[in-house]
Amino acid sequence: MTGSPAPLVGVVLVSHSAAVARAVAELSANLTGGASEVPVAPAGGGPDGGLGTSSDLIAAAARSVDRGAGVAVLADLGSAVLTVKALLADDELPAGSRLVDAPFLEGAVAAVVSASAGADIDAVAAAAGEAYDYRKG
Amino acid sequence: MNATPPDGSPIDAAFVRRWLDTAATVVEREAAALTELDSPIGDADHGTNMRRGFVAARTAVEQEPPDTPGAVLVAVGRQLISTVGGASGPLYGTLLRRAGKQLGDEPAVSAAQFRDALRAGVDGVAQLGGAAPGDKTMLDALFPAVDAMSKALDGGSGTADALAAAAAAADEGAVATTPLRARKGRASYLGERSIGHQDPGATSAALLVTAFADTAREAGA
Repeated sequence: MTGSPAPLVGVVLVSHSAAVARAVAELSANLTGGASEVPVAPAGGGPDGGLGTSSDLIAAAARSVDRGAGVAVLADLGSAVLTVKALLADDELPAGSRLVDAPFLEGAVAAVVSASAGADIDAVAAAAGEAYDYRKG
Repeated sequence: MNATPPDGSPIDAAFVRRWLDTAATVVEREAAALTELDSPIGDADHGTNMRRGFVAARTAVEQEPPDTPGAVLVAVGRQLISTVGGASGPLYGTLLRRAGKQLGDEPAVSAAQFRDALRAGVDGVAQLGGAAPGDKTMLDALFPAVDAMSKALDGGSGTADALAAAAAAADEGAVATTPLRARKGRASYLGERSIGHQDPGATSAALLVTAFADTAREAGA
């Protein structure tokens, strides 16, 4: 790629557990092969700091990685998925944000690696979703 | 209550604020029981989550009381989404916000308009969660509640009687979740073992609908 670099797609990782979100973000970022910028942010845990989902953390994380190219949001289970959907339904996430249907860890790695390489939001979402096809046995 | 006019008294912002107050009190009182129901088949946080959400919603509405029934519902929904922390947050939040938006800026609405708004909200819950009746979720209390309210209004009942019918149906629906096998949420991972427990979400839904009925009865609506 030449010329001024296009803005990167952001990735938000929403888990019931702050530790899981943080660790998966760290693992994904470490697998990008030394990309200069890795726009990934964890949004883990509930409003009280325990296990759960915090819409405020999700919105803040999405804003922090929004470079204008869209934000791919991955969520682990239940309330994490539903909260992201509810936020999207009311336009409370940055323009171009979307919930990506993908397995959490494998999808996060695919999303972060492709986003760091400059893929657009459709390609990032597709890469994350393709992680469902990765069989282990 | 015998003097209830056929179309009932209008539902205004004060009515919905009184409902919030009643609902918050009931959720507080029943929090331990809800969490206990959530222990065998869920993650034992439903009562705690609901209490946190309703305390936040009551505080927010007291600090800045919206002046239409729709705006109160939207404000409560917003608070639930941001403070509950479990699946009931986005689900109840969607229900109330969708219902509130449907009411628009009207300063007061009829029981029939309110019923239509609740139906829109319940449809929003079904859409968001992807659940159907019989999946052992809050919808098993909410769908019967809206249907019963509709039937009562069509039969000429006033606001209070229609909401009382909704509350009775919601209660019945919640109790009827006991023999069901869960098909949504964490309880669904338990398969057959989810049978024999009343669904916590259907139970809290019945409490919230009953709070509407109590509010209307106390107002003589």
